[in-house]
Amino acid sequence: MTATYTERPAVRARAPRTPGRVSGGLLDPKQLWQSTPDAFRKLDPRTLWRNPVMFICEVGAVFTTVLTIANSSVFGWLITIWLWLTVLFANLAEAVAEGRGKAQADTLRRAKTDTMARRISGWQIGQPVTANLVSGAESVPAPQLRQGDFVVIEAGQLIPADGDVVDGVASVDESAITGESAPVIRESGGDRSAVTGGTRVLSDRIVVHVTQKPGESFIDRMIALVEGAARQKTPNEIALNILLASLTIIFLLAVATLQPLAIFSKANQPGVPNSPALDMHGVTGVVLVSLLVCLIPTTIGALLSAIGIAGMDRLVQRNVLAMSGRAVEAAGDVNTLLLDKTGTITLGNRQASEFIPVGGAAANEVADAAQLSSIADETPEGRSVVVLAKTAYGLRERDEGELPGAEFVPFSAQTRMSGVDLADGRQVRKGAATAVTAWVRDGGGAVPEDVGSTVDGISASGGTPLVVAERVHDVPRVLGVIHLKDVVKEGMRERFDEMRRMGIRTVMITGDNPLTARAIADEAGVDDFLAEATPEDKMSLIKKEQQGNKLVAMTGDGTNDAPALAQADVGVAMNTGTSAAKEAGNMVDLDSDPTKLIEIVEIGKQLLITRGALTTFSIANDVAKYFAIIPAMFAGVYSGLDKLNIMRLHSPESAILSAVIFNALIIVALIPLALRGVRYRPSSAANMLRRNLYIYGVGGLILPFAGIKIIDLIIQFIPGIR
Amino acid sequence: MSSSVAVFLFLVLLVVALVLTYRPFGDYMARVFTSARHLRAERVIYRIGGVDPDSEQPWPRYLRSVLAFSLISVLFLYGFLRLQHKLFLSLGFPGMSPSLSFNTASSFVTNTNWQAYSGESAAGYLVQMAGLAVQNFVSAAVGIAVAIALVRGFARRRTDKLGNFWVDLTRTVFRILLPIAVVFAIVFVAAGMVQNFHDFHTVTTLTGGKQAIPGGPVASQEVIKELGTNGGGFFNANSAHPFENPTNWTNFLEIYLILAIGFSLPRTFGRMVGDKRQGLLIVGVMSLLMAVSFGLIITAQLTHHGTVPTAAGGSTEGTETRFGVPQSAVFAAATTLTSTGAVDSFHDSYTSFGGMITIVNMGLGEIAPGGTGSGLYGILILAVLSVFVAGLMIGRTPEYLGKKLGGREIKFASLYILTTPACVLIGTGIAMALPGERASMLNSGPHGLSEVLYAFMSAGNNNGSAFAGLSVNTTWWNTALALAMLIARFLPMVFVLGLAGSLAKQEPVPESVGTLPTYRPQFAGMLTGVALIVVALTYLPALALGPLAEGLH
Repeated sequence: MTATYTERPAVRARAPRTPGRVSGGLLDPKQLWQSTPDAFRKLDPRTLWRNPVMFICEVGAVFTTVLTIANSSVFGWLITIWLWLTVLFANLAEAVAEGRGKAQADTLRRAKTDTMARRISGWQIGQPVTANLVSGAESVPAPQLRQGDFVVIEAGQLIPADGDVVDGVASVDESAITGESAPVIRESGGDRSAVTGGTRVLSDRIVVHVTQKPGESFIDRMIALVEGAARQKTPNEIALNILLASLTIIFLLAVATLQPLAIFSKANQPGVPNSPALDMHGVTGVVLVSLLVCLIPTTIGALLSAIGIAGMDRLVQRNVLAMSGRAVEAAGDVNTLLLDKTGTITLGNRQASEFIPVGGAAANEVADAAQLSSIADETPEGRSVVVLAKTAYGLRERDEGELPGAEFVPFSAQTRMSGVDLADGRQVRKGAATAVTAWVRDGGGAVPEDVGSTVDGISASGGTPLVVAERVHDVPRVLGVIHLKDVVKEGMRERFDEMRRMGIRTVMITGDNPLTARAIADEAGVDDFLAEATPEDKMSLIKKEQQGNKLVAMTGDGTNDAPALAQADVGVAMNTGTSAAKEAGNMVDLDSDPTKLIEIVEIGKQLLITRGALTTFSIANDVAKYFAIIPAMFAGVYSGLDKLNIMRLHSPESAILSAVIFNALIIVALIPLALRGVRYRPSSAANMLRRNLYIYGVGGLILPFAGIKIIDLIIQFIPGIR
Repeated sequence: MSSSVAVFLFLVLLVVALVLTYRPFGDYMARVFTSARHLRAERVIYRIGGVDPDSEQPWPRYLRSVLAFSLISVLFLYGFLRLQHKLFLSLGFPGMSPSLSFNTASSFVTNTNWQAYSGESAAGYLVQMAGLAVQNFVSAAVGIAVAIALVRGFARRRTDKLGNFWVDLTRTVFRILLPIAVVFAIVFVAAGMVQNFHDFHTVTTLTGGKQAIPGGPVASQEVIKELGTNGGGFFNANSAHPFENPTNWTNFLEIYLILAIGFSLPRTFGRMVGDKRQGLLIVGVMSLLMAVSFGLIITAQLTHHGTVPTAAGGSTEGTETRFGVPQSAVFAAATTLTSTGAVDSFHDSYTSFGGMITIVNMGLGEIAPGGTGSGLYGILILAVLSVFVAGLMIGRTPEYLGKKLGGREIKFASLYILTTPACVLIGTGIAMALPGERASMLNSGPHGLSEVLYAFMSAGNNNGSAFAGLSVNTTWWNTALALAMLIARFLPMVFVLGLAGSLAKQEPVPESVGTLPTYRPQFAGMLTGVALIVVALTYLPALALGPLAEGLH
């Protein structure tokens, strides 16, 4: 028996999607406040040393604190406070990024309740599940389940562990992990057999073969991922960290070796009075640290880990779980996208395009029956039949209320038909050709010869045939065939054009014959297609691309996709897929939406662009800071150096303080950008570089001049600052 | 002909000469390093050295060969200098002191040619010819070999082999440096440079005074001094000496020789990686930096507001009247933008801004066009860093010429750009902190500081020119500068070869419209910006207390 349930986890909100632009969650000011305690906790040098730039900052802050306590001044205290704030702001950026993940992790934890599992023993796959077996099931706490156990789950119960359905069909509420409230069907065999622990069976009874190890369930992994506990630095992040560390060392050397030069210069001009910046012992410690902190790349150093965490988070917001940051980066580098036709390029649901009468039936009759059978059919296919009946045959839309006493027969996986039994005894059915013709034959009716040829013709052209039949006065007969056609999704052509401009080749994978495949490929505007694709074909295509050192991304759901998913550089498994597929891929899409692959690529790129843009910005900032601090330090000794004070800052003290304050505030100002990612528009590399160089390079040169000047205009009124 | 027209013609001719050299010479060098054929003379060398010229080396072995060869060179030259009085053609000069020998040996082996001695009063002809001039050839060749190894790293795929150092070294000497040196030595002799083994002649001048006129194998050494961007003068006055630089047109030829290899190697690079546009971009950035640098020096020299410069129409102090201010400025820019360090005027006498530009030129890491080989690998390292940042900005794992730049590659490139500033800054800082060493300054105040900064900048970038005004023949200065030269020469080579090794292993990523186009002007702008901001800005605080303090009133 199951233990008591907690309330159903809140459905997570999904970020609205604008095509062509990867949006991210906005920064809520409340988050800043909530993360402040964490920011203080991160001051611990044992954790901070991992970030060399900010660690140097903290050491500097400690140093100025000591100096200022020994030799107190307003200037010294203000610098000290702002140096500490610089470190805190960096910690805050990271804490805010992590905080978002923690909120999601809490939601997930609520799904991880202590479920009792009902384990059955002495049963083998294929044997009937008898009532005896079910009642004799042994009750064990879910954490004690082992790989290979069989558990039985009935309607209303939580699934205790990840596994594959090996017996039965059930509808399952997976909102705990996907946020999607509509139930999904899980059945034994086939590609929709995987179930996730923590989700709830809504109907029927299934037997699940446990595939997870204790404590390594999908939800456990999700929690670890969104919390950032499993976060490892990605290859690019490591490389960037190395570059930043070496820049930090260079500036550390530049500042440290300045001291003997300053002492010499001061001694050379004995008449010059001591100033807060420079005395006979050289540049004062507070000013030296200020120069250092302003020069080392604090902006990117402060935001680097937040950018990485936020990048993973943006994926999670889109219900994609990346098993590693490496995969996210690889997504940005992808050269070839393998896209399944159905669901990605075309609407997963085909639409009615034509009613073809057979066996001498009138076209109107077919339309009428097709419409009747689809009244209660809320699927897009069903709706499209009603729409076609109205537009092509002028049949007025009817609703269920107009047919008193009518009994609607819903579609089921077993019968593969749906329809309606009217009050006057007339029965109408539509469905798969084999199912409907069997229904007609079983009722004693004859199946006209042209049914077979019509159905085959539609299939051959890439469409899906649905046969419509009716039974009046106990004589069933086939009326006609509905031609359901693939409809290419709106906007796909533009997206593929964008991909091409980004240098990404798109390949459509389909089981259709080459003729149909070509027609759809041309209509959608993909670069290439693979028709009548078997899993082996997919695999060899991936290997061929990879031999040319190209990175390949694909989606898949079936067990037979697993090898290809594992081989691809970015393999996105659908959550509806099998456990094997989910294991093999390096990402799981909880929405099972294959179009996401395109968004994943964009998020991967955006992650790198954000890092690059802020690095450029951070380094470009140094120019203005030099112009603020160098004259402030040395114009007292060599008055000519005041000419470098091109911002005409108020005084040496206000100049240095302004530079330090700007340096700290720019971190806070850029936190939203770091979390959201810089704006990304798919375009050629040259265009993208030009745009980002102008904004973050040239902008990074100019902005601090204005910023420091403005801060200087304000702080010159602080009493104690000359 | 007015002097401004003369200068204009001088520059135009120089540019035309370099442009005409670029293609044929660059292609020729590419052939030298890709050809499978060995010359007979080369085979003899290989047999003597026990080298199999057809076997290639992975990067650690290539590096070991470079270091072993250089170590032996230092030891050999050290012994030579210590013992020169026991050998013939010593002109009676005593052996050099241990610290001076160490300094000079390090200096010539590292292609620096910092001279803490005066050629005409310390080095005999045998030492000059068989010791120093030989190093002028091979130290230049070592630089080129390392640069070629890096180019092979970009050009090759899925291999750990970077070529054979001994073959690269021998071919550079036999097929590139020697033929040019022979031809130009004859030209220089024709122009009036001396080439003999005569001792000093004492002559009576027109006014009746006595003067000692030196002889020596000058022309042969002069060519390689410029061609190999060595810069070590036969005489103390270097290229301002009439025997080293007799006429205006030898001055032109010397500047041309300084720049010829540096400006043509990018073509070799473009050729070997199979994309000539890439070479064109590199040479474009080099030219831009050179043009800006020259423009700034000449402006500083001609527009100084002092009383004397205004009266003379330019800062003529320290320049040869034969060459004049503008030509001297071209020479100064060329010599500090390459690792040459030869001078035909004295940078110490330049206006403070003019002098500052020569310091900044070296501070850039000598990449425009830089020393033989070292200029190319220096700018390629900066290109790697620029590509890294630019590549991130277009949303891909950065790749340069199809090779991905990951942690390992960036580690080598970062360490490379760290080495030279560390040598320069730490050296300057220590020198300024020690009162005894500060006493070596002949000037006080900011100008004295500039002299010390210049000395370490020159040693740390293997330039070898001196601001003068510093008595450096002391044990401390000789040792400190020698260490700076050795560290700043060979540590970067370790990183360059390491980078080359990890690049060569990679299979290149195919190019697409998503690839960063590293042959467009926008990338040239980015590379220039990175060079200026990342490299040159490092020295701004020090410059502020030296030339800037002096120049801004």
